[in-house]
Amino acid sequence: MTKEEIIEKGTVVYQKAPLMNDNPMHYCPGCSHGVVHKLIAEVIQEMGMEEKSIGISPVGCGVFIYNYIDIDWQEAAHGRAPALATAIKRLLPDRLVFTYQGDGDCAGIGTNETIHALNRGENIVIIYINNAIYGMTGGQMAPTTLLGQKTVTCPYGREPKLNGFPLKLTEIAAQLEGTSYVSRQSVQSVAAIRKAKKALRHAFDVSMQGKGSCFIEFVSTCSSGWKMIPEKSNKWMEENMFPYYQLGDLKDE
Amino acid sequence: MGKIHGAVVVDTERCKGCNLCVVACPTNAIELTQTEVNHKGYPFCHDVRPDACIGCASCAIVCPDACITVYKLKEE
Ligand SMILES: Cc1ncc(C[n+]2csc(CCOP(=O)(O)OP(=O)(O)O)c2C)c(N)n1
Ligand code: SF4
Ligand code: SF4
Ligand SMILES: [Mg+2]
Repeated sequence: MTKEEIIEKGTVVYQKAPLMNDNPMHYCPGCSHGVVHKLIAEVIQEMGMEEKSIGISPVGCGVFIYNYIDIDWQEAAHGRAPALATAIKRLLPDRLVFTYQGDGDCAGIGTNETIHALNRGENIVIIYINNAIYGMTGGQMAPTTLLGQKTVTCPYGREPKLNGFPLKLTEIAAQLEGTSYVSRQSVQSVAAIRKAKKALRHAFDVSMQGKGSCFIEFVSTCSSGWKMIPEKSNKWMEENMFPYYQLGDLKDE
Repeated sequence: MGKIHGAVVVDTERCKGCNLCVVACPTNAIELTQTEVNHKGYPFCHDVRPDACIGCASCAIVCPDACITVYKLKEE
């Protein structure tokens, strides 16, 4: 059987979600951001919420997400996405409102915003991309950088006496009265991606049911910041990030 | 039972040669180009052993840039 015959007579088992446009994404090769973008587009489409979703993009590598997924977007100042999401969801409660934020954004400069929005129980979803580094600005140490992990601002590895400990923001989110669903996922393999997609769908559903805030972390890679090829980054993440940032649902009420 | 045939179509201009699809493929049907590059200068994914493809979509699911469309056909 020829390839042409398979294409002509066969069925499409996977294609780029139509909600994702043809603009080439600016991310480095192998970056986890792209995989999470695909899941967001797929889930919104499966929910039929294409015309009713509003995303808030961050400062960080994810800043240009509004160029790739054709829904409504608002761009926030660094770390301030939860405040914008709060306002938008309160004014337009029938919309699916979510933020998309890196660890520097969500767990660094914006920690205060993040915690208070979740603690108020705003019916929003915070999508938190934790690659343990400030990717966009050239790979500096983030609050989430692992002990011993080398970055350009801790070239000998993060040292707790000098730099403190990596922040588990997701565990904090789970403790807050306002959160309804809190989960930590990853996107390095087919199995992980399938699981992550289900978690994302659940978070979006819960927020639309008005049950409170949802917080979903994606433990991610940053090949450029980590100075590893994508394949090795995934391995490094599995070996070093997963023992500290343990995957799974932390709260589902 | 009929044999399952798969086929992949790669948007080679969108591809950045990250190689994650090649790692994910259970049948070694795809590889990155060795000498050819796209207009951005990246080597890109192509099906070097198209007959091996079973249409499992693993490559497409892990692709961060949504470059791969997968087709499947069951032979009667
Ligand atoms: C108020 C302000 N302070 C600092 C910066 C510089 N800055 C831009 S992105 C960034 C960190 C981004 O890291 P992260 O949120 O982890 O996103 P990533 O790029 O890793 O996905 C910083 C500090 C800024 N743009 N605005
Ligand atoms: S710098 Fe890191 S987070 Fe940013 S696009 Fe490159 S790999 Fe992704
Ligand atoms: S569909 Fe499956 S078998 Fe075919 S190239 Fe992709 S990963 Fe390999
Ligand atoms: Mg980061």
